[in-house]
Amino acid sequence: MVRLDCSGTDCLVQVRNLDKKYYRGNEVIDVLRGTNLDVARGEFVAFMGPSGSGKTTLLNLVGGLDEPTSGTIAIDGELINDLSRRNLTRFRSQYIGFIFQMYNLIPVLTAFQNVQLPLLLTRLSGSERRKHVETALDIVELGGRMKHYPSQLSGGEAQRVAIARAIVTDPVLLLCDEPTGDLDRRTGDGILELLKRLSKEFGKTILMVTHDPRAAAIADTILHLDKGVLVEAQRSGEAS
Amino acid sequence: MKYLHLVVANLLRKKFRTILTVGSFATALFLFGLLTVIDKAMGSGGGVAGADRLLVINKVSLIMPLPYSYLERIRRIEGVDDVTFSVWFGGVYQDQKNFFPNVAIDTGTYLNVYSDIRIPENEWKDFLADRQGAVAGRDLANRFDWKIGDRIPLEGSIWPGVWEFNLRGIWEMEDKSAPSSDFYFQYKYLEEQRPWGDGTVGWYIVKVDDPAGSASVAAAIDGGFENSPYETKTDTEKMFLTGFANQIGNIRLIIVSIGAVVFVTLLLVTGNTMAISVRERTAELAVLKTLGFSGAGVLGLVIAESLIISCIGGIIGLLLVKLLTMRGDPTGGLLPVFYLSIEAMGAGFAISLLMGTIAGLVPGMSAMRLGIVEAFRRV
Repeated sequence: MVRLDCSGTDCLVQVRNLDKKYYRGNEVIDVLRGTNLDVARGEFVAFMGPSGSGKTTLLNLVGGLDEPTSGTIAIDGELINDLSRRNLTRFRSQYIGFIFQMYNLIPVLTAFQNVQLPLLLTRLSGSERRKHVETALDIVELGGRMKHYPSQLSGGEAQRVAIARAIVTDPVLLLCDEPTGDLDRRTGDGILELLKRLSKEFGKTILMVTHDPRAAAIADTILHLDKGVLVEAQRSGEAS
Repeated sequence: MKYLHLVVANLLRKKFRTILTVGSFATALFLFGLLTVIDKAMGSGGGVAGADRLLVINKVSLIMPLPYSYLERIRRIEGVDDVTFSVWFGGVYQDQKNFFPNVAIDTGTYLNVYSDIRIPENEWKDFLADRQGAVAGRDLANRFDWKIGDRIPLEGSIWPGVWEFNLRGIWEMEDKSAPSSDFYFQYKYLEEQRPWGDGTVGWYIVKVDDPAGSASVAAAIDGGFENSPYETKTDTEKMFLTGFANQIGNIRLIIVSIGAVVFVTLLLVTGNTMAISVRERTAELAVLKTLGFSGAGVLGLVIAESLIISCIGGIIGLLLVKLLTMRGDPTGGLLPVFYLSIEAMGAGFAISLLMGTIAGLVPGMSAMRLGIVEAFRRV
């Protein structure tokens, strides 16, 4: 069993004895079993593994989108299992940014309005929100396409807008579920470069699920899951 | 307000569907407004009728006369405070469409019984002093822009010829909201001029000492004229007017039934539309929740959409009724109180809000309970 220990360093994510079971009638499906994981602040971690190995489930649990069957998850010292639904929602909006494979932009909103969505939940004024959105869109190099709707953007641009939306509240943790899965290689490389930049330049902690070894290679650490168990940890550049 | 663009953007996502749903609300509220106007118009007579007044008509039919000689016999019945009478004249002013009730009255007793009629003393005196004098209700005078001193010709429909009247006064009801669209002239003038029907009246109006004893007084009146050539039928004025309105059916029941059916249908249609709209956006709602929108926040967004649709539709429907009824009574006098009141508009708007909330509530609740992971898995 793999356990990344960041004791002694600034640990952002700590997962302990995490189990997740799904029930289908009388059948019990163990999606995650006894997972332990420490991720240091600013670390870029890629999760790899076959379909059904539990990668996305782990990401969902760390993001507070799903509840574990047992075990604990702490982010920045906060045990998110203990949070009420309302506090968990608030915590998520402040600490975590999500990037999906299919971008998940709202089609009837412009790029600006999509990026602004998380800020609507804050007490920022309209002009402050505008400033934040413009900054986020500048970081992803889409400052000139604020008024475009998702249907007017290419796949790569739509994913950049989604990344801008994920970082606009300046969260410490970014969770990316196959962010290049729907993109061609060249466009995907651009997105990976951007993620790398967010990690190195802006100090974001990133957990990324991917099937693509090339994508995983840009991470500081690659973790492999198999049948719900973290089986292998690999520092970037090391042979597996 | 910062969420308004989000709500509006969702409404404009399927413009045609939104327009149709707004149209449904507009139609329903138009119907509600119109039915309310008709209900009020039909019931207005009953609403202003005195509780202490009885109406005595010929048992055969309202249009059959009663002898003038009944006046003193009715007055002598125990429980009767005063009595007066009227005769339906049925005259036409200039054109058939200018219908209004015109009635010959007993000037000596009429105001004793209808003590809720208000007319300046000097105008009433002028009316009494002129055998061809007449007094018109305020609504009627306004309708034809009549001024005191105007000469008003009426073409007789029961008694032929052109009958000339001098307008000597304008009366109002004590309750200013009550209709004042009748035209009164002297019974003596009618008696002198009509070629037939001498010594008869249309109906008697009896003021009772105690409204609680109305039933026994009515029974005494009808009993007194039993087996005579002119048997009577006595009822309270309110019952009479309500019964008159009910001759074309139980209006209120019809109105309530139609209204209920329309609103239940509207609720089903709108609720279904909202449910489809929410179902189509399952992934987007999951994204909003992922970004930090609470369940209650998502519920609020769905209800806000539904409320905007219902409010716009409701306002359009009610404004259409207001426009339609701005010219007043379309029947030329049968429905004198024909307008959409502020209260009715308020009630209509409140119904719109309620329907909008209910229509948005069920799909909104399902959006609120939507599990994020489950939602992403579903799409």
